[in-house]
Parts: sequence; C-alpha cells; structure tokens
Amino acid sequence: MAVDNDTVRRIAFLSRLRVEPDKLEDTKQEFNKILAWVEELGEVNTDNVEPLVSVNNESLLLREDDVTAGHISQEVLANAPAKEYGYFVVPKVVE
Amino acid sequence: MTDLTDLTIKDSLTKLKAKEISPVDLTDAYIKKMQNNSKYNAYVTTTTEQALAQAKVAEQHYMNGTNRPLEGIALGIKDLFCTKGIRTTACSHIIDNFVPQYESTVTQNLLNDGALFLGKLNLDEFAMGGSNETSCFGPVVNPWSKEVKLVAGGSSGGSAAAVAAKMCAAATGTDTGGSIRFPCSITGLVGVKPTYGLCSRWGCVAFASSLDTPGPIARTVDDAALLLSVMAGHDPKDSTSAPNAKFDIDGELKPVLGDGKTLRVGVIKEFNSVQISEDMKNLFEKRIADLKSMGAEIVEVSIPNILDALAAYYIIAPAEASSNLARYDGMRYGLRVDGTDLIDTYKKTRATGFGDEVKRRMIIGTAVLSSESYDVYFMQAARVRRMIADSFNRAFEMCDLIVCPSGAGTAMPLDSDLSPLEYYALDLFTVAMNLAGVPAVSTPAGMAENELPLGIQVVGRRFDDMRVLQLAKHIQQFSGVDNRPTVIMGK
Repeated sequence: MAVDNDTVRRIAFLSRLRVEPDKLEDTKQEFNKILAWVEELGEVNTDNVEPLVSVNNESLLLREDDVTAGHISQEVLANAPAKEYGYFVVPKVVE
Repeated sequence: MTDLTDLTIKDSLTKLKAKEISPVDLTDAYIKKMQNNSKYNAYVTTTTEQALAQAKVAEQHYMNGTNRPLEGIALGIKDLFCTKGIRTTACSHIIDNFVPQYESTVTQNLLNDGALFLGKLNLDEFAMGGSNETSCFGPVVNPWSKEVKLVAGGSSGGSAAAVAAKMCAAATGTDTGGSIRFPCSITGLVGVKPTYGLCSRWGCVAFASSLDTPGPIARTVDDAALLLSVMAGHDPKDSTSAPNAKFDIDGELKPVLGDGKTLRVGVIKEFNSVQISEDMKNLFEKRIADLKSMGAEIVEVSIPNILDALAAYYIIAPAEASSNLARYDGMRYGLRVDGTDLIDTYKKTRATGFGDEVKRRMIIGTAVLSSESYDVYFMQAARVRRMIADSFNRAFEMCDLIVCPSGAGTAMPLDSDLSPLEYYALDLFTVAMNLAGVPAVSTPAGMAENELPLGIQVVGRRFDDMRVLQLAKHIQQFSGVDNRPTVIMGK
C-alpha cells in the first residue's frame, strides 16, 4: 500500500500532529519506505494462527470496586499548564 | 588508595558492612566521577545533595545495625521512571517540566532497600531509538570513545554510559526492543531484560505496554542479579504484573556448568545467515567453545520466523505507542502551545513537543491501527508474534538456554546519519525476546580488534531468569572484559 499526500494528511490529523506543508512530501516518502518494508510480513503464512497481543496468558485480575485513593486534587493539578479555582483550564469547546 | 568507584556493588556492601568504607565517601566518589565525566551527557538531572543526605542516613544505619540490602548504594535512574518530586522527562520536550507526585514501583522498591539516587539518566525520546541520539537533551557519548565520539546505544544510553564511566554503581533501564541489552553490549556491561511481568511497569512512562520491561544495568552479572531481586515482585498497580513475580537470590549466583553438570545450550540456526562483524563472529565462536569445554551440550535450534520479528515489532510497538502517547494533549500536564481552537492546540502542542522519531512512529502506529489497515498490518504482526513465541517454546524443548549475539558489531560513531530503516535494523537480535516475553541478558563477550567491547545474549524460558543469569556469569568470566573504559582511554 503506497499512500498519497491526502492519506498522510488524514493520518497526521488522526494523530493530532501538525505537519508543515513543506514537510508533507518528505513525510510521505519516508512513510512509504517503512510501509513497504513492514508489508513483507504479509508474505508469512499465518493461516489458523491466533493473534498474540499480550504474553500474559492469565486474564486480567479483577479487584473490588472500592475507593482506595482520593483527596489529592493538589497533586493532580500540580503539573497543569493552566489551573484556576482547583480546576484545569482548557480551551473553550462549546460555542 | 584504590578508587572506591572501582568496587562492585557486592564488594561495596561487604566493605560497608565491615565499616571499612563509609557510604558518604562512596557516594562522594561517584559524585566526583559525575563532575569529571559530564562530557558524556549521561545525566539530565542530578540529585547529588539528596543522595549525600541519604548517604548520611545510610551511615547511621550501618552504625546501629539497621542496614538494608542495598543500604548506601548509589544508583542512576533512567529518566523514564517517575520519581516523586524529581523532574521526569522521558527526554521529551513535551514533558520536560513534569514533576511526578508519585514514585514508580521499581524505584520505590530500590529506595525501600536502602539505595540512593544520584540523578536521572539520558535516553532516546520516550525510549524510541537505538543510539540515544533522539533525546531532547542531546546525544550520549560512549565512554569507550577514543578519537571519534561513539554512540552509547539506546534507548538506555545514559544508563549504560553512567555505569561504564563509574558515575553510579549501577542503573535502571527499560527494554522494549533491546533498549537495555544493546547499549550494554557496546559499553562492556551486563544488561538484564527480565521476563515480562517480573518487574512492575507502574510509574514507568509507557512506550509499548505489551513489550516494555524494566531491568537493571550493572558491571557484573552478580550485581545485576542482586538489583533484579530488589526490583522484581508482584505489583497490584500493574495489571500485567505476574501474580507469582519474584526473584530471590541468596549470595552469589551458582554455577550451571562444571563439576559434571549438564546443560543444553541452543544456538539459533536462522541467525547464521545474518551478516555480523568478523569480531562478533569470532568471539561468539570462542565463547561457545568455552561453554563446550565446561561440559555444555551445544544444540542447533530453529525459530523459523525470528527474522520477521523486526517488521512485526515495528508494527506492534508504534501501534501501542500511538495509543499510549495520545495522552500528551497539553491539557493536564506537560507542554501546551495555544492554537486557534482545541484541535489546533492539540496539533500545535504535539508537533512542537514531540521530536521527529516519535512523530514518525505516531504516524506509523496510527496508520496500522486505522480501520482499513488493522487486519492487514496489526493483526498479521500479532499472528507472527504468536508464531515466534510458540517457536521459542518448541526450541526450549530441545535446549535449556539459548545464546546469540546482542548486536552485529561495536559502537558506531555519533551522527552516523543512518536512515530510519537502518536504525531499526540495529534491533535485529533483540526484538524477538520482547515479542515472546522471555528473559534475556546481554553480557560482555570480549574485546574486538578495535579495542571496543562486544556482548552476547543468554535467553531462557519465561521465569527462568535465574538460569539465564547463571549462564551469563560463566560467559562474563570467560570474556576478560575489563569494564573500566577510563583505563582503556589512558586516563
């Protein structure tokens, strides 16, 4: 699969990355080289093979749904780029 | 007087317990090395005042007999482990002002046992790289460099350089595709990627969660084993932490060879076709001959798809990374670059905060997870991953442990200007073990013609970390690597 500039633009948008227009061509070419390489994997016969996404065979452990932490709003806010009255300050999202 | 920083951790502890040396003097000696060796750019944050204060407490503990297993041992911490109240950056501009309000489980385990931290160590941005050249704090220089500056490997390049140049007794690292083993192989050190699930990932800045593995970097296999025993353990805060995670060690690692002991050591057939340096080839053969001379039975094993591991890794790791790094949105912590609206703020923040390699992997990861590519790329890679893991299981029916090179050759010069694919190829010998979750240790194998160290790996079954380390110790004993690069450099 070779991708065009529009696809690169769309994927960059999905990644929430701004790609400068003059970098678009380079990004596309590099991206296509890497894709061409990983595409070799398609030649491996994987019929009847179950995908492995985690080496831990055990199912994830469950725990009681109890409150075990809290009252740490100062810690939570400690690294906020902008905060006021004990809240994060974020760009306006509702018109 | 001998230099205190020449002591192994084991020897330091013996002398500390005997009150022959003081933890304050020992810490001081490491701090002097840090000051003299700043040219290697290993530390990105230093915490020497805190370390000295802890050393004074350690001294008290030795005096009143309440000393803990690692009391007064000065460590360096890869700047991917969150340390409470100490800036933790992942060497990325996007969180270069982040001060964690909590301590990672692994570093907390080390602190609980009396270790002290001299500072935070350089790495490739978000651990993505094999040469420590993608760090926002600049590259790490390999202490073995002579006329030409060499890379220290990556992503744990700062950890490897700091231990090699005696700027700490040992360090923590993380290994997602070789990030502990590769730097150790080109700096003459022991690097342990434990079984996945043995050391908690809680509080480690995430790169690829199903592959990320914290582990120790040390000068000797015994030191590494001691550190691992402290770092390992089940952690309810990490859902992938193994319920039975535990690594206990009582004194020295016991030999697995000699005195008529039998051990089947596997050599991976498929790696024979990979081009490696003459030095690596010769040293590997020499060490195999040494193991044979001690009674090991050498068997050829096959991991049919091991050479496909690299492509599978470069689909799976970026996919997991693109989802893990979605959290850096400039809202709750880290950098924020204001834009015209929320989406524009996200895009500008991330474009400014992330470096080129991280962006490259975001794009790949997002692409392979997109609905039209998910099955073709991601699921195919996950199927190949299953085949590799199954092949390791089958190989371990034929042998007890496997040995293979850690890399193709010695450290390359800084600014070698390789293409992304050439950089990715550096991981050829290491990624398969992450995909399979098996333990692997890189241990010094010997010196190349150019007087630079080379390493080879020992690989074992899941949770057979003990025997992996035991065989690695035999290999290190044969290697004759003097891990004192400052001596080699004629200083």
